[in-house]
Amino acid sequence: MSATAAATIAVAAPAGRGAARPSAWSRLTHNRMASIGLVLLGIIVAIVLAAPILPLAPPNVTHIAQRLHAPLTPGHLLGTDQVGRDILSRLIWGTRLSLAVGVFAALAAGFIGSVIGLLAAYRGGLADTLLMRGIDMLMAFPYLLLALAIVAVLGPGLLHAMLAIIVVNVPFFARGVRGGALSVVRTDFMAAARLSGLSDMRILLTELLPNVLPGIVIGVSTTIGWMILETAGLSFLGLGAQPPQADLGGMLGEGRNLLQVAPHVATIPGIVILLLAIGINLVGDGLRDVLDPKLKSGGLARFYPVTDAAPGAQRRRGLDLPGEAAARLPLALRGLRTEFRVGRSVYAAVGGVDLSIAPGEAVGVVGESGSGKTVTALSVLGLVATPPGRIVGGEILHHGEDLAGASLARLQEIRGRRIAYVFQDPQTTLNPLLPVGEQIAETIRRHQGLRRAEAMRRAIVLLDSVHIPDAAEKARAWPHELSGGQRQRVGIAIALANDPELIIADEPTTALDVTTQAQVLKLLNELRRQRGAALLFISHDFGVIAELCDRVHVMYGGRVVESGPVAEVLGRPRHPYTQRLLACVPELGRRGPPIAPIPGLPPSTDALPPGCAFAPRCALAEARCSAGDIALLPVAPGHAARCVRVAA
Amino acid sequence: MSATAAPDAAGGVVLRTDNLIREFRRKRRLLARRPAPLRAVDGVSLSVARGRTLGIVGESGCGKSTLARMMVGLLAPTAGLLEIDGVSIPALVRRDRRALHRRVQMVFQDPLGSLNPRRTVRQCLAAPLMALHGMNAAACTARIAELMDLVGLRSDFAERYPHEFSGGQSQRIGIARALAAQPEVIVLDEPVSALDVSVQAQVLMLLAELQARLGLTYVFISHDLAVVESIAHEVAVMQSGRVVEYGAAERIFAAPQHAYTRLLLSSVPRIAATEE
Repeated sequence: MSATAAATIAVAAPAGRGAARPSAWSRLTHNRMASIGLVLLGIIVAIVLAAPILPLAPPNVTHIAQRLHAPLTPGHLLGTDQVGRDILSRLIWGTRLSLAVGVFAALAAGFIGSVIGLLAAYRGGLADTLLMRGIDMLMAFPYLLLALAIVAVLGPGLLHAMLAIIVVNVPFFARGVRGGALSVVRTDFMAAARLSGLSDMRILLTELLPNVLPGIVIGVSTTIGWMILETAGLSFLGLGAQPPQADLGGMLGEGRNLLQVAPHVATIPGIVILLLAIGINLVGDGLRDVLDPKLKSGGLARFYPVTDAAPGAQRRRGLDLPGEAAARLPLALRGLRTEFRVGRSVYAAVGGVDLSIAPGEAVGVVGESGSGKTVTALSVLGLVATPPGRIVGGEILHHGEDLAGASLARLQEIRGRRIAYVFQDPQTTLNPLLPVGEQIAETIRRHQGLRRAEAMRRAIVLLDSVHIPDAAEKARAWPHELSGGQRQRVGIAIALANDPELIIADEPTTALDVTTQAQVLKLLNELRRQRGAALLFISHDFGVIAELCDRVHVMYGGRVVESGPVAEVLGRPRHPYTQRLLACVPELGRRGPPIAPIPGLPPSTDALPPGCAFAPRCALAEARCSAGDIALLPVAPGHAARCVRVAA
Repeated sequence: MSATAAPDAAGGVVLRTDNLIREFRRKRRLLARRPAPLRAVDGVSLSVARGRTLGIVGESGCGKSTLARMMVGLLAPTAGLLEIDGVSIPALVRRDRRALHRRVQMVFQDPLGSLNPRRTVRQCLAAPLMALHGMNAAACTARIAELMDLVGLRSDFAERYPHEFSGGQSQRIGIARALAAQPEVIVLDEPVSALDVSVQAQVLMLLAELQARLGLTYVFISHDLAVVESIAHEVAVMQSGRVVEYGAAERIFAAPQHAYTRLLLSSVPRIAATEE
């Protein structure tokens, strides 16, 4: 879930801001292992390319009189082999050959495999079945055995060995490319390309191919190393390059018999094979990291289990001491500020939010995407992904205890026990590999220390209480066997498992159908009242908030712009943003298009305007709106708005 | 509930379906008979008059997207009649796919997912202009500027890639691409479901303006009843592949006849409820 939030932030980056993120090349060179590989590979390639102009002894001329010189012999830097050929010369020419074979074989296998994979994925149906069954047959043979069989039929020789290597590697590419292409074939833009009247060939080449190309590039670059090893293997067995031609595997094979007498003859080509394979694989891994879109948003991030927070004194600067009342509240946010650092930009996702929830109270937070409502909710228990997220200001008080500075152990005590979450998409928040009953029992066992069987019994009772028919039976079901509504009921059951004081629900019904949504909302409300739990309900839907909540906070640009009792805020909105937003919402029984859409777009949180964030889109804006910070001022009992006009 | 409501006769019928059926084969289990095929669309009869908007509402899995894909020729019907201007759409797909795409276009639900991430806006809009209308590069440039103006985008956005746009802007590009074909009918499959409320209002407004200016006919598919009420002239309510209620929008929202329509309407959370 926290990863989603980080992704949202990255996506929220507006047009033309790509420069703030490091380019592919600089990310590749910043990856230390990839740089080492790049240097290693660069040196080897430079040397073998220069082979014809280097002052080398002829590689294939024998001098029996000079056989088996040790390395560092004058005239023979790396010594000579059993027939007196210069090892250095043979090594460089041999590496040149092996590298060329490896690169060509990888390109050829990549090309043939990609064509098969693309066609199978695009055509589907019978073509797919035939092509892929053919590939399956190739894969059914053990790898090396198939290569040996091919060479046995064609006869030994480097060309034939290469052909064999190409054939055995085609399935690897065909399957990979087909898999990648299948996910693209089903996208809407492929359908749109058909509707644009493009021919199949055009669609294949201009729409499909560019989207699977990164995968192919990675595949080719990581397999070159393998190809070299495999050709070396065949040559080692005497089936590849034939004497006197030098290639790395052949040299290794020839040196094998002399391992006792002259170990350098076999060791030196062995070391070069090792270096080459390491270099190519390091660069290949680096390329995969660079080209994999999942890693694009902020480098090779590994998330911590707790959101990083600035030291307490720094966060509390400018805050007065919390009142006595805070000790009784399940949650009180005071001036909460959470930021994301992506590249050189700082996104102030939450820019000073005050919000408190009394025991048993239902509080709504409403706002558009990018308003900071989800990050506020995730900050409470340190679930914002770090890096790039960080709590830089304010306090998160749970009965007076500041959760922003709490240890992981303490937070894990509270997570699911005192404060529980219900997330938007039950499809992604449930573990697909565990039966749902187990997942409920897991949190009961963690917090109540019950034994497995007892926890499972409790889980079934919970499933029953969220109105899942045949609870005992369904407890053994996998998440994918349940409908969306049922999955969300399981999510609610998990949240309720330990009778938490506060449930934080982040758009729990957005992914559901309207009739299912009505049932889930009713259930959530019913159970909450029965058990006296407080509710923090995040939504973009005013209707849902209106039905469920006592009080509501409207967020815009990371701050609360209006808050108060639901009927007050929705019935007599005082902030222009709330007013305009309500006017945008199509409502049943109000025919015709929405009266007046709000012009423009919400601001990106890395470039918030000074003063009121809504001022640039507001028809009522004046000079003082952008002059400085505007306070959240009371307009009626319990009702406050952050607008210069309400103060007047 | 029979589908008897006749559309407004003023413009004449553009798009018509009669007892349209689409089945999907189900996977066969080992050693078992193949189960009966799934009827995603089960005998749907609808007609849309020129310049009007037909709203199709229903929950996920009711067959509304399958119906949409058949209307634009992306899926072939199993049985039944499906015609545009009196010409059979499946026959047109086989004979002259481009002729069909010049008549009917589609706008997709996921604004970003319907744009190729590796093609610029210009390339995306030029494709239908060249492939469907045989325009040359110069004519394309002029027309692209026109189209972008039509959907309210600055023309210097043309060289940008989809990831540089917000959801609302991406959806405007999707609409511009559909308009590039100069179609009579646009099938909109949940075009505003992925958008924020304030942006949704902008896009709905744009769609209404374009319809008035260009005399377009819309098939507007959505699960959001309030959105459909705000834009549709006629409404069809679908449940498990069938149309359970069909008629003028005012009538259906004011006096729903079918139990399922009433259930849908009563399930929508309302803001007004708290104001009493």
